[in-house]
Amino acid sequence: MNAIARPRAGEDFTGEYNVYEPHKVGLPPLGPYFRALWARKQFLFELARTNLRAQHYNTTFGQLWLILNPLMMAAVYFTLVYIIRDGGRGPVFLAHLMLSLFAFRLVSTAISRGAQSVVGGGKLLLNTAFPRLLLPLEAVLESFMRFLPTVAVYAVVHAILGLPIGLDLLWIVPIIALMTIFGAGAAMFAATAQVYFRDLASFLRYFTRIWLYTSPILFYAEDVPAKLQTILYVNPMYPMLGSLNDAVIEGRTPPFPLLAASLAWALGAIMVGAVFFMSREREFAIRL
Amino acid sequence: MRSASENRAATVEGDRLPAATGCAIRVENLSVTYRTTVEKKPTLKKTLIRLGRRERIIREINAVRDVSFEVPRGAALGVVGVNGAGKSTLLRTMAGILPPTDGRIEVFGRVSTLLSLGVGFKSELTGQENVVLGGLAAGLSREQMAEKYEEIVDFAELGDFMDMPMRTYSSGMYGRLAFSVATSMDPDILLIDEALSTGDARFKEKSFAKMRELCGETRTIVLVSHGLRSIRELCDEAIWMNEGRIAMRDDADAVIDAYKEYLQVGESEVTNEDV
Repeated sequence: MNAIARPRAGEDFTGEYNVYEPHKVGLPPLGPYFRALWARKQFLFELARTNLRAQHYNTTFGQLWLILNPLMMAAVYFTLVYIIRDGGRGPVFLAHLMLSLFAFRLVSTAISRGAQSVVGGGKLLLNTAFPRLLLPLEAVLESFMRFLPTVAVYAVVHAILGLPIGLDLLWIVPIIALMTIFGAGAAMFAATAQVYFRDLASFLRYFTRIWLYTSPILFYAEDVPAKLQTILYVNPMYPMLGSLNDAVIEGRTPPFPLLAASLAWALGAIMVGAVFFMSREREFAIRL
Repeated sequence: MRSASENRAATVEGDRLPAATGCAIRVENLSVTYRTTVEKKPTLKKTLIRLGRRERIIREINAVRDVSFEVPRGAALGVVGVNGAGKSTLLRTMAGILPPTDGRIEVFGRVSTLLSLGVGFKSELTGQENVVLGGLAAGLSREQMAEKYEEIVDFAELGDFMDMPMRTYSSGMYGRLAFSVATSMDPDILLIDEALSTGDARFKEKSFAKMRELCGETRTIVLVSHGLRSIRELCDEAIWMNEGRIAMRDDADAVIDAYKEYLQVGESEVTNEDV
C-alpha cells in the first residue's frame, strides 16, 4: 500500500493524492467530478429508498400513503373545481386533472426537496467529501419514486374511463423524462440559492402554489382567455403538461412546438442549474 | 500569501509523483474563514431597518490562520487546544471537506475521517442503514460495504442495536460505531476528532490498540482530543492550536506540559480523562 499510484491533482474525492487549494468561483474538473458522481450511484438509490421508507415509518398505513396522498389530493382539487364550475366538468376532466397534477407534483416535489437538500445535508456534508450534486439528485430521484405509484393510480382511472390506448401513450416516457430533467435543473438551482438565501424555501411554498394554479391543471389550456395567453407561454409547465395531455388523454401525437419548447426548457434548466450548483458547491461547507 | 497564478503553477507541479518524501500531509500557510449569517437578536423591527439600510449580516470567522506543518508517514500527530481553537476545522480541511480560504494542503494517501459528529447523519435511520449509506457516500460499492459490515459490527459490539434507529443510541454507542467505520475503511491516513471520549473504558482500550496497530502499518493518524492522556500515549508529536494559530509544536509530552500550564490545571484526573 506504499506506492502512490498515478497521482492526480484536483478533486478525486477518494484519490490517493489530493491537493486542496483556495478556489475561485468556477467549475471543478468535470472528468473526475462525474467519475466520482457515477461511482456513487448506489448511494443515490440507497438514500432515496431509505428516505422514502423512513417518511411513513410511524404511521398505520405506512407505504400505502404513497397511493393515498395523490388520491386525496386529486379528490380535493376535483371537489374544488366541481364547486367552482357548478358541476360542469365530466369524468374525462378528472383524468386530465389527475394526470397533470401528478406530473406537476413530480417537478414541484423535486424542487422543494431539492431546495432543502444541501442546507439539510448537515452532518453528511461536514463529515464526508463527495460530489455535492448527489444531494439535489437524490431529491429528484425520491420525487420520481413517489411519482411511479401515481402512474398506476392514473392507469386504473384511464382504463375505467375507456380513454384511448394506443402507441401515442408511449409519448409519456420522453415527456416525463424531460419533466424530470427540468425538475433536476430547477432543484440544483434552488439548492444552491437556498445556501445563500435561506428565505427561499419559505417563498417557494407560495410560488409553487401559484405555479400550480397558473398551469393547465385545474382547467384546460383551451379555457384560457386570449388576453391571458401570455401566462401560458412563459410557463415551462404549459408545453410539458400540454404535450402530456395530448398524448395520454387525447391519444394523439403532441404538436411539435410544444415538444420543442419542453425540450428547450429541460435542457436550459439542467445546464443553468448544474453550472450554478457545481461552481458554488465547494463553498457550501463553510456556509452551513 | 501566494497569488492565484503561483497557486496554479503549484498544482501543475503537483501532477508529478511526489517522490517518496515520507510525507503524508503537508499544510502550507493554511487559513480557513467561515462565513455565516447570524443576527444576534433577530426581530422583525431590526430586520426591516436592516433591509431599509441595505445592510448585510455576514459574519466572518477566522477559524484557522496561516498554519503550516507536515506530518510524516506513519506518525501519529496529536492536536490540542481549547474549544473553538480551530482543531476540527483543520481536520475537515485536511479531509477535503472544507476548502482552504488561503494556502495549500497536500495529502498523500486515502483519507478516512472520524469526525466528532460521527457516521449517524440520519438519526431516524437504523445503524445499519447509516453505516451502509456512509460507506456508499465515501465511494465504496455495496459489495465492499457488505464485506466490511461484519467487521464493523464485530468491532463496535452493538449487536441488535444495529437494527434500531440511531436516535435511540447513546453517545457512547455513536462513538463506537463511528470509530469502527472509520478504521475499517482501510485508510492510509486516519483523521480522528474527539471520538474516543465517548466509549467506555474497555472500548477505549480496544480503540487504542487498533490505532497503535494502524500506526505500526505506517498509517498516519491525526488525533484531535481533549483527553490529554490519549495524546500522550498514542502520539509522538503534537501541535497546540490557539485562536486558529499554532501556538506550539514539539513532541507530545512537551506540548501537553506547556498546554496544561497555560490552562493552569495540574496533572489531575479531570485533564487525563477523556472528558
